[in-house]
Amino acid sequence: MQELTVPLNHVLFVSTLLFTIGMLGLMIRRNIIFILMSLEVMLNASALAFIAAGAHWGQPDGQVIFLLILSVAAAEVAVGLGLVLQIQKRFKTLDMDNANRMRG
Amino acid sequence: MLELTLFYIASIVALSATVLAMTRTNAIHALIYLIVSLLAIAVIFFLIGAPFAAALEIVIYAGAIMVLFVFVIMMLNLGERGDARERQLLQPNVWLGPAILSLILLVELLYLISTVEGPASSGSVSPKSVGLALFGPYVIAVELASMLLLSGLVGSYHLGRRFLERG
Repeated sequence: MQELTVPLNHVLFVSTLLFTIGMLGLMIRRNIIFILMSLEVMLNASALAFIAAGAHWGQPDGQVIFLLILSVAAAEVAVGLGLVLQIQKRFKTLDMDNANRMRG
Repeated sequence: MLELTLFYIASIVALSATVLAMTRTNAIHALIYLIVSLLAIAVIFFLIGAPFAAALEIVIYAGAIMVLFVFVIMMLNLGERGDARERQLLQPNVWLGPAILSLILLVELLYLISTVEGPASSGSVSPKSVGLALFGPYVIAVELASMLLLSGLVGSYHLGRRFLERG
């Protein structure tokens, strides 16, 4: 029965790959909406690692941290999308290369 | 065996949907791929014995947060011009350098993780034990999360209200 369950390191592989994809997206995209999506992917990958660790030891702590990551993601997206609206109104673009001055 | 096969299928779906989401030029298409990726990750959560987290992943991530993205993208009403600009920015000479550097780190990390032993799941963790942990030893974290959500609410209201007034 033991060899039929999912190995822990495979779940961590998936989590690492997702995190790398998110980080690459963060670095190569200039559109702020895609930057926010990449942040979501990265938060989600770390949540997957927490859940896998919690499930490995059969403890609820991993899912508790998942809930905290969920609330961080929600707050971050709410403020980030508010900023997207402001940037679109002020610069008429979502390209972050046009909004790299501290004082518009 | 079924569990293992389902896990690999869900992983492949999650990874390919995320790659496709990150390489789209149209924001709505990217968002739909991202939702597919979140649903696949929810399947993985379910398979490794966290049904409560799987339900929350679908309800909050794929439901609430992604709908927020859809609303904002539709409010902005991006046209074809944005598409062309994104396509121009996605040339290989733009992303090759960062891709190689992060691939090196990825290979190192995967090598380190490959030494981890043991099964991912030792039985399902019930929502009851999660709730008991949440309101027992982690009650301060719950209070902090509520403060964070309140500040997020106030911040996004402040930013969005000015958009509606002057826009």
